[in-house]
Amino acid sequence: MSKFLSKGKPLIDPSPSTEFWAGARDIIPLVVGAVPFGIIFGTLATTAGLSPSGTLAMSIFVFAGSSQFIAAGLIAAKTNWLLIVLTTFVVNLRHLLYAVSLLPYAKKLPQMWKMLMAFWLTDESFAVGIRRYESNEQSAFKHWYYIGAALTMYLNWQLCTLLGITTGQLVPNAAEWGLDFAMSVTFIGMVVPYVKNKPMGIAVIVAGVIAVLGYGMPHKLGLMAAAIAGIIAGVLSEKAIEPTASIKN
Amino acid sequence: MNEFLIISGMAIATFVIRYSMFGASHRIVLSPTLLKALRYVPPVVLTAIVIPEVLISEGSLAIGYGNARLVGAITAILISLITKNLLLTIVLGMASFFGWQAALSLLS
Repeated sequence: MSKFLSKGKPLIDPSPSTEFWAGARDIIPLVVGAVPFGIIFGTLATTAGLSPSGTLAMSIFVFAGSSQFIAAGLIAAKTNWLLIVLTTFVVNLRHLLYAVSLLPYAKKLPQMWKMLMAFWLTDESFAVGIRRYESNEQSAFKHWYYIGAALTMYLNWQLCTLLGITTGQLVPNAAEWGLDFAMSVTFIGMVVPYVKNKPMGIAVIVAGVIAVLGYGMPHKLGLMAAAIAGIIAGVLSEKAIEPTASIKN
Repeated sequence: MNEFLIISGMAIATFVIRYSMFGASHRIVLSPTLLKALRYVPPVVLTAIVIPEVLISEGSLAIGYGNARLVGAITAILISLITKNLLLTIVLGMASFFGWQAALSLLS
C-alpha cells in the first residue's frame, strides 16, 4: 500500500481540492439523471398534502429519493406517521450494504467525516465513490473525492426539489424527458469493467434476473434480494469453478 | 397530519441505517470471506438497479425493438466493452436512446 508504488507513472500528487472537484465532476451524469426526479418529487409532495417548507425540509434532512417518493404517496393516502417512518427504514436498508462496502476505506477517518459520508450516502455517491476507492491510483484524499461527488448530488437535489415546488406545475412532464436514462447508462459503464471473470459474470446475471423477478416486491425489497442473491452466487461460483480467482484478484 | 413527526422520523431512520456501520466501524472486524463477498456489492447492486429500469415498462417486461431504453442499454454495453471509456459509454448510450426514441415516434 506504499504511496510510492505507482507503476512508472509520474506522481500527480492529488490534493484534497483536486480530489473534491474530480468527484464533483464525475458525478455529473448521475446528477443529470436525478434532475427529473427532484422536480417530480417537489411537485408530487406538495400536491400530496405536504407543505412547501415540509417538502424542502424532507429533501434537506432525509435526502433519500426513493423513500421520499414513497412517503409522498403514503402522505397522500393519509397514512399514520409511524408507518411512514418504518417504511422509510425498510426502503433504505440497501444503504447498509453500501456502508459495509465503504467501511474498509472509511475506518480510519475522524468521526465527523464518517457522519458526513453516512448522511450523504446514496446509490449515486456510493457508485461514484467506491469506483475511486477501488482504483489503483494512489491517493490519501479519496474521501474528498467522495464528498465532492456527494455534496454535488445533495445540492442538486435541493435545487430540483425547490424547482418542483415553485414551478413544477409549469414544467411539462419531467418524467418523459428521458433524462433519467443517464443513470442507467452510467451504471452500465461502471458495471461492465467489473465483469472480468466467470464468478462476477454469474453474480451480475443472477442479480439482474432476481431484480426483474422481484420487481413487484414492495419497499425496494426486490433490489435487496437481488443484491444478496448476486453476492452469494458470486462467492459460491468462485469457490466452485475458479478456486484460484480469489488469489489473483 | 404531523409533518414534523414524519420528516424527523424519516430523517432519523435514514441516518441510523446509513451511519450505524460507520459508527461501529472500530468494533467491526471484516473477515477475509466477507471482504471477498463485498467486492461483489457495487456491480451487483448497480445491475439490480439498472436491469428493471431498462426491461420493465409500465409494470411489464418490454423486450423488443420498441423499447428505446433496451436499445440504449445494449449500445452502452457494447461501447463499454470496446472502449472501456465511461464518458463515451454515457454519451453514445444516451444518443442511441434519444435517437431510437425519435425514430420510433417518426415511424408511428
